Amino acid sequence: MRAVVVVGAGAAGLTAVETLREHGFDGRLTLIGAEPHAPYDRPPLSKQVLLGSWEPDRLALRPPGSYTELGLDTRFGRQATGLDLPGRRVRLDDGTAVAFDALVIATGVRPRRLPGAEGVCYLRTVEDAVVLRERLRSARRTVVVGAGFLGVEIAAAARSLGSTVTVVDPLPSPMIRQFGPALGELVRAAGEERGVEFRMGVGVTTADAGLVRLDDGTTLAADVVVAAVGAEPATEWLAGSGLDLRGGVRCDAFCRAADGVYVAGDVAANPDPATGTHRRFEHRMNATEQGRRAALNLLGHDEPFAPSRFFWTDAGDIRIQAAGTFADGELTVVDGSVADGKFVAAHAAGGRVTGILGWNNPRGFTRARGRLGAPAGEGKSTEGKVLT
Amino acid sequence: MKVEVEADKCIASGQCVLLSDAVFDQREDDGIVVLRVNDVPSSEEDAVRSAERICPARAIRLTTSGG
Repeated sequence: MRAVVVVGAGAAGLTAVETLREHGFDGRLTLIGAEPHAPYDRPPLSKQVLLGSWEPDRLALRPPGSYTELGLDTRFGRQATGLDLPGRRVRLDDGTAVAFDALVIATGVRPRRLPGAEGVCYLRTVEDAVVLRERLRSARRTVVVGAGFLGVEIAAAARSLGSTVTVVDPLPSPMIRQFGPALGELVRAAGEERGVEFRMGVGVTTADAGLVRLDDGTTLAADVVVAAVGAEPATEWLAGSGLDLRGGVRCDAFCRAADGVYVAGDVAANPDPATGTHRRFEHRMNATEQGRRAALNLLGHDEPFAPSRFFWTDAGDIRIQAAGTFADGELTVVDGSVADGKFVAAHAAGGRVTGILGWNNPRGFTRARGRLGAPAGEGKSTEGKVLT
Repeated sequence: MKVEVEADKCIASGQCVLLSDAVFDQREDDGIVVLRVNDVPSSEEDAVRSAERICPARAIRLTTSGG
């Protein structure tokens, strides 16, 4: 194998090229990224960067010299526009093509657009974050559409910057998809305590000219409207390639989408044995873990991908950390207490602990992670309040 | 092998502690990384290398100086 191309210069793509070099690949290695920057970290965009406590130059994932040291052919600011799988070539937006023997696809996601909306802000790139920060600094009224991790983080930042903030979501509670209604209500209460208003159970019909119309007939005026309503895998460039693009780039348990073609990070639709379908993990940790696994498997160190499923969110001054899965089960406090604002909860389904969650309790969370996979009843008699 | 951490980068993920609780710990109040030792015991070197690589905040740095 003489040439490997990695498309996507985020955390997953970066980890893939580093792993390839670390494990002895000394052929031609090309890293292609649509953004004009070297790889940078995204989680701080909705936290430190929005709040202004970090300048964007702190986001760089590696010092500038690293890419020369790795012997990379970097193409930053170049969009991949097509994949010729039989011809083993990636086409770029400058009309050139890069040949490969093996390929890693790590093109990530882009924000889902809000239908019927004009002049709405989105947050994905460092440029988005800088624009939004400036707008929030002078905003008096901000409406955030979407009460998932990103929406709640943006709302907290906007509030800290002095704006009044309303979060709108058709679902009944914030973060309900991630954690269920009981924890969602705690998130809502914590937000309300610092002055964020939540309009749950109501959708947005249109948003433009500073007016957000809700489907219950009411309207909200806003200087800034931010939509954080999910993300879509960036797979347009792969149309017609023959890869299975349902819900991302579908791969097998080895991160392989086709012979010599591997997938990593947000764009990868991984097989989910629990449901028999495929799912993407839009988590920072997954980008690193899967970038590494894809690169190792590409080199022949074949092992199934076993993600740790660790993720976190900082909702204002609340740090929520989680590992595992949190669907269709029961969440029980196993350490600390909700009343103290510091606890660890275990999620159980099918008789096993499937998820561990820490609420302002990072050390307790780390200690409790050993319970993942254990029988759910263990120690239950001494344990606390059931949350869901 | 020596290890350094940058507490102001740390996001308290605890990934390092899971890999080597002989070298890494977390502060009780906010979970920020603390080092139990600066000189990494040889038995922990692989784990500490993994921790450097996996840290989501890239707050861990290995140095090989003998000083």
